[in-house]
Amino acid sequence: MIQVFTFYLFAALLIASGAFTIFARNPVHSVLWLILAFFNAAGLMVLVGAEFIAMLLVIVYVGAVAVLFLFVVMMLDIDFAELRAGFIKNVPLGLLLAVVFVCELIFGIGAYRAGKIELSDAPLNPGREDASNIQAVGELLYTKYIFLFEMAGIILLVAMVGAIVLTNRKRSGVKPQVVADQVARRPEDATRNVQPEIGKGVEL
Amino acid sequence: MTGGIGIEHYIIVSSILFVMGVLGIFLNRKNVIIILMAIELILLAVNINLVAFSAFLGDLVGQVFAMFVLTVAAGEAAIGLAILVIYFRGRGTIAVDDVNRMKG
Repeated sequence: MIQVFTFYLFAALLIASGAFTIFARNPVHSVLWLILAFFNAAGLMVLVGAEFIAMLLVIVYVGAVAVLFLFVVMMLDIDFAELRAGFIKNVPLGLLLAVVFVCELIFGIGAYRAGKIELSDAPLNPGREDASNIQAVGELLYTKYIFLFEMAGIILLVAMVGAIVLTNRKRSGVKPQVVADQVARRPEDATRNVQPEIGKGVEL
Repeated sequence: MTGGIGIEHYIIVSSILFVMGVLGIFLNRKNVIIILMAIELILLAVNINLVAFSAFLGDLVGQVFAMFVLTVAAGEAAIGLAILVIYFRGRGTIAVDDVNRMKG
C-alpha cells in the first residue's frame, strides 16, 4: 500500500514540477523546478528497484547539469520579459499539439494493453537474484558493454573539450603569467654588483 | 507488481512528462535556456521509460542504456550552454527566433 501512495506522490510531484519548469516566469525558478523533477524521477526509479540509475540521476543531473543551468542563467544578463513576448501567441498551437500528442500516446498505450504482449513478473537480474542492483549493472557494464562504456567516456571528454574551446577567449588588458620568460630569466639579468662611493647613493 | 502499480502507470507518467517537454519547446520558442531545460525533461521521460521497462521485463540492459542516455544528455547540456554563452557574447541576447547568421 505504501508503494502505491509513494508512486502517486512522486508521479504527481514529477508532473507538477515539470509543468512549473516550462510555465515559470523566472528561468531561475524553472531550474529549481527542474531539480525537483529530477529528484522525483529518481524516487520513481528507486521504487522499481533501479537504485543505481536513480543515484546517478541525482548526482549527474542535480549535481552537474542543473547547477550548470543555474550558473548560465545567473551569469547572462538577459531581459527575460522580452523573451516571453510570444508566449501567449504560442499557447493555442502548443496546447493543441500537446493534446494531440497525449491522445496518441494514450491510444498507443491502450493498443499495447489490448495486444498479446504480456509483461511478466520476471526477476530484475535473471540468474543472479542475490546480487544488488549496482552489482548487477556493474557486472553487465564492465563485461558485455565495456566498449559502449568507454565510448560514453570519450563522448564526455569530447563534450568537455568542446565546451572549453567554445567558451575560451583571449582577453585584452590582462597581464597573464609567461612562464617561459620567468624560466629564461638569469641572475645576471636581474642583479648587478656596485661599489658606491662614500656619501653618494646608488643609481637604480 | 507492487500493490497494483503496473507498467502502464509508469508509461503514462513518462509520456505526460515527454509531452510537457515538447509543449515547453513550443511555448518558450524564444528562450533557449528553457528550450534546453525542456529537452532535459524529454530525456528524463525517456529514462523513466527505459528504467520502467527494464524493471518490468527483468532485463538490465534498459538501465545500462539509460546510463548512456544520461551521458549524452550531460554532454548535450554542456555543449548547448557553451554555444549559448558565446552566442550571448556576440549578440547580447539569446532570442533564437532570429538566428540566421549562417544563412549565407
